[in-house]
Amino acid sequence: MNMRFPGICEFESLCGKIRESKKDESSELCLIVSSGTCGQAKGSLAVIDALEKSLKKHNLDKKVDIRITGCHGFCQVEPIVIVNPKNIFYQSVKPEDAKEIVSETIINKKVIDRLLYVDPKTGKKIKHEKDIPFYQKQVRALLANNVLIDPTKIEDYIGIKGYAALCEVLKTMKAEEVIYEVKKSGLRGRGGAGFPTGLKWEFCRKAKGDVKYIVCNADEGDPGAYMNRSLLEGNPHSVLEGMLIGAYAIGSSEGFIYVRHEYPLAVKNVKIAITQMEEYGLLGKGILGTDFNFDIEVITGAGAFVCGEETALIASIEGKKGEPRQRPPFPAQKGIWRKPTNINNVETWANIPLIINKGAEWFSEIGTAKSKGTKIFSLVGKINNTGLVEVPMGITLREMVYDIGGGIPNDKKFKAVQTGGPSGGCIPEEFLDTTVDYESLEALGSIMGSGGMVVMDEDTCMVDTAKYFLEFLQEESCGKCLTCREGIERLLEILNRITEGTGKEQDIELLKELGELVKDTSMCGLGQTAPNPLLSTIKYFKDEYMAHIRDKKCTAGICRALVEYFIIADKCTGCGACMKVCPEEAILGEKKKSYIIDQSKCIKCGICFETCKFDAVVKR
Amino acid sequence: MMEALVSVESILDKWNNEDASLISILLDIQSECNYLPKEALITVADRLNIPLIQVYSVATFYKVFSLKPRGKNIINVCVGTACHVRGGQRIVDEVKRKLNIDVGETTEDKLFTLETVRCLGCCALGPVVVIGNTYYSYVTQKMVGTILNKYKKSKNT
Amino acid sequence: MVTIKLNRLEVQVEEGWTILEAAEFYGIEIPTLCHHDGLSDYGACRLCIVEIGEGKDAKFVSSCTYPVEEGLVVRTHSKKIINYRKLIIELMLARCHTSKTIQDLASKYNVTSVRFKLKSDDCILCGLCTRMCEEQMDARAIGFVNRGKERKITTPFDIKSDVCRTCGACMYICPACELRCQGPEPPGVVCGGCLNIEYPCLDVYEDVNCYLDPCAACLLEESRKNKSTSNTEEKNVFNKD
Repeated sequence: MNMRFPGICEFESLCGKIRESKKDESSELCLIVSSGTCGQAKGSLAVIDALEKSLKKHNLDKKVDIRITGCHGFCQVEPIVIVNPKNIFYQSVKPEDAKEIVSETIINKKVIDRLLYVDPKTGKKIKHEKDIPFYQKQVRALLANNVLIDPTKIEDYIGIKGYAALCEVLKTMKAEEVIYEVKKSGLRGRGGAGFPTGLKWEFCRKAKGDVKYIVCNADEGDPGAYMNRSLLEGNPHSVLEGMLIGAYAIGSSEGFIYVRHEYPLAVKNVKIAITQMEEYGLLGKGILGTDFNFDIEVITGAGAFVCGEETALIASIEGKKGEPRQRPPFPAQKGIWRKPTNINNVETWANIPLIINKGAEWFSEIGTAKSKGTKIFSLVGKINNTGLVEVPMGITLREMVYDIGGGIPNDKKFKAVQTGGPSGGCIPEEFLDTTVDYESLEALGSIMGSGGMVVMDEDTCMVDTAKYFLEFLQEESCGKCLTCREGIERLLEILNRITEGTGKEQDIELLKELGELVKDTSMCGLGQTAPNPLLSTIKYFKDEYMAHIRDKKCTAGICRALVEYFIIADKCTGCGACMKVCPEEAILGEKKKSYIIDQSKCIKCGICFETCKFDAVVKR
Repeated sequence: MMEALVSVESILDKWNNEDASLISILLDIQSECNYLPKEALITVADRLNIPLIQVYSVATFYKVFSLKPRGKNIINVCVGTACHVRGGQRIVDEVKRKLNIDVGETTEDKLFTLETVRCLGCCALGPVVVIGNTYYSYVTQKMVGTILNKYKKSKNT
Repeated sequence: MVTIKLNRLEVQVEEGWTILEAAEFYGIEIPTLCHHDGLSDYGACRLCIVEIGEGKDAKFVSSCTYPVEEGLVVRTHSKKIINYRKLIIELMLARCHTSKTIQDLASKYNVTSVRFKLKSDDCILCGLCTRMCEEQMDARAIGFVNRGKERKITTPFDIKSDVCRTCGACMYICPACELRCQGPEPPGVVCGGCLNIEYPCLDVYEDVNCYLDPCAACLLEESRKNKSTSNTEEKNVFNKD
């Protein structure tokens, strides 16, 4: 089916019809199932299968729609099934529940209590998404749409006003006016650097040359961050529409979406979306009867975090190693094949149709003076409500961790929140009332980054955390510049000594000195931000470092060389479960008598600790 | 090996012998052959008319590529930050112990290859292990043996 | 021509030059390792770093790759840069201490100790050999493989290359290939025999002052060190007499 609309009005007319028909659908029976990568990992496909079978059994398969969507954001309780039109929110649904959902909720219109979300504070069961504490402080300008559409159906996207922004731009706005609007909104790059988007577009537009490229950076390499994945899987058209508008504003007719290799579902859904756009004549030559031409190519990465850096990404698109190069010249002047190139993050592009549709003023009213709009964060780690969270800039860290995140599981004590991925720092409890915006986080020695927010508790060792990030960056560094490559290696060497109990007091000063060198003199962003986790943990958790060095103790019980596993005789029931699982046969004892761990054989793997049901195995 | 070379030729045709598509070409070859055979890389350099060292350089730079044959089941343990904080490294250690291989290595019977990845974007389910298309969530050290046995058994059937 | 500020001096330089070229033109010596006039600029060793910009916007860039532009402010020998260069040389020594080139740099910049474990690698990964092989000899037999810590220079598959003509240009250009001279010092990490001067003006000023006035401070300091401790009145080294 290939439609070629002779003009914008004809396309708008079709969109109008689709939107009308969608309005009627909203009062009909519908089962919405969240099925992004994490939903699928938790078995959503089996749930969908079971629902389909059940509906067929009751001859309802033609009457009741099943809408398969991307991530809803509350990953902790996936798979989620929302029953419309009453908007009943069922969580952690299993395939066995499908029969009951169909017979009770669809047919008998009854709510199944046991599938409802229970507020852990009040014990109350909650029927609707909007009443769940996790969602209440969020402003889901982008993510809310994930619930409303099947990402593989362009009609669903059109139904929620999709491509209206594109039509408005092509019909009524000149390229410079689009750029002005984006500048006015105050949108800043959501990939990490936070550079004003409108200004970036302007640089590229003004650059000399007829051939210009635009790129969507979907290389989301920060471990613990998956916002871009959920946007691309759940609403790829929003990103693509943003790119079309950007291409028009900048004067580009060719774009790339660079997706990391580890996101196969995102690649699949984006390619489906592009095919549908081609069918509707929204790509190619003479889009909607105008003289605007645009084509998009999807390029997959091959496992290199450094390719999230703009110049490395450009090298990768050109088929080379992802080695960054010094700037100037900037990509806006000389990017892919030395042509002016504008690179933006997935979330940045997704915000564009929103800004055009709702206006720059609307956007700039959300957030703080210098950080406008909403930002999606991935709230993960030692937190009760793990998931994707979209909040207005300016919310505090405390609200994120406690109000939205629901606090720390198992009544453990909060220790730090790590923002910005491997380029960011760890923020301790005393700064929980800091507002989440670009400047405030930077002032604390961290960064906003792409939005990863990892919560850590008393059982997390901050020295181990610094080591973890440096190990990651050592693997991911391209290795070209000496300060990054040798610097990170030597920093790790010192940290390894510290975590193995052979650290010296002067090590801290050496870490700081070397860290400053790597930060100041490395060529690209990876090296320049590599010491952040280390320097911030030394700044805020120095006593933990000193405990490792002076007392040879790891208070969190993580650094193996400094931890001893020990069985408390009084608590041990002599069941022998630990002895059975010990890989080194280091546990000795007789049935019904208390067991002991032979420290000379113990490799500190922790399996006994995991196994014991009586809390008799402790770390000290 | 001849069959492998035939598919390499057709992959190169698909990408029009464009050297800018080198990474996509290598990804397709790896998909087809489960690793990047030496002969394939030589053919690619030849057909794209670029130095062999350039192809080899790119093939060794990106982590996804393997220049050694890999096992039937690729065990991907996520060691992203969220999974790490929940003990992901211990899962890696347990797999290493159970299979007697290191990260990046393949068991002698070619049944398993152990790899790590950061991150899969399933942080709510950590620690996560992916084998083929199957995701395992909330993995504990004890579960590792049970999971591996499933694949050992299916090899025998 | 563009005007830049080089160590507080306003000078004219050709457009298209790098900061390194501009500095060399004005007689300012910036140390380099991976740079060679006959080969493309690489910017890997970071030894040639200079500080550009002022105040909050100041940052460090490799002078061999950074192009000059109108109004650029450059400092080549600030206190911080001298310290950074020393630390970089320390890192180089820790990796590759048998190289005469690196030992000479250590002497010149007064690096007297190495606080890191020795690796005794014989390659500093400067890339001179690969660029030589590609750009001057047009052979393309060797290159960088792997990444990060595993990065190394080799032929494809680590076997003899069909396109290598055994011209020896790679060995000729390699800074690590030159074994260090077996001077009077016992073999150790830092040989440091030849030339050792610390900049005394950095005790007082933020920048080395050689470019502003004919400052003889360094030579005076050397002669002071050579004389054994005596009662000779310390001359005020900042007097020109």
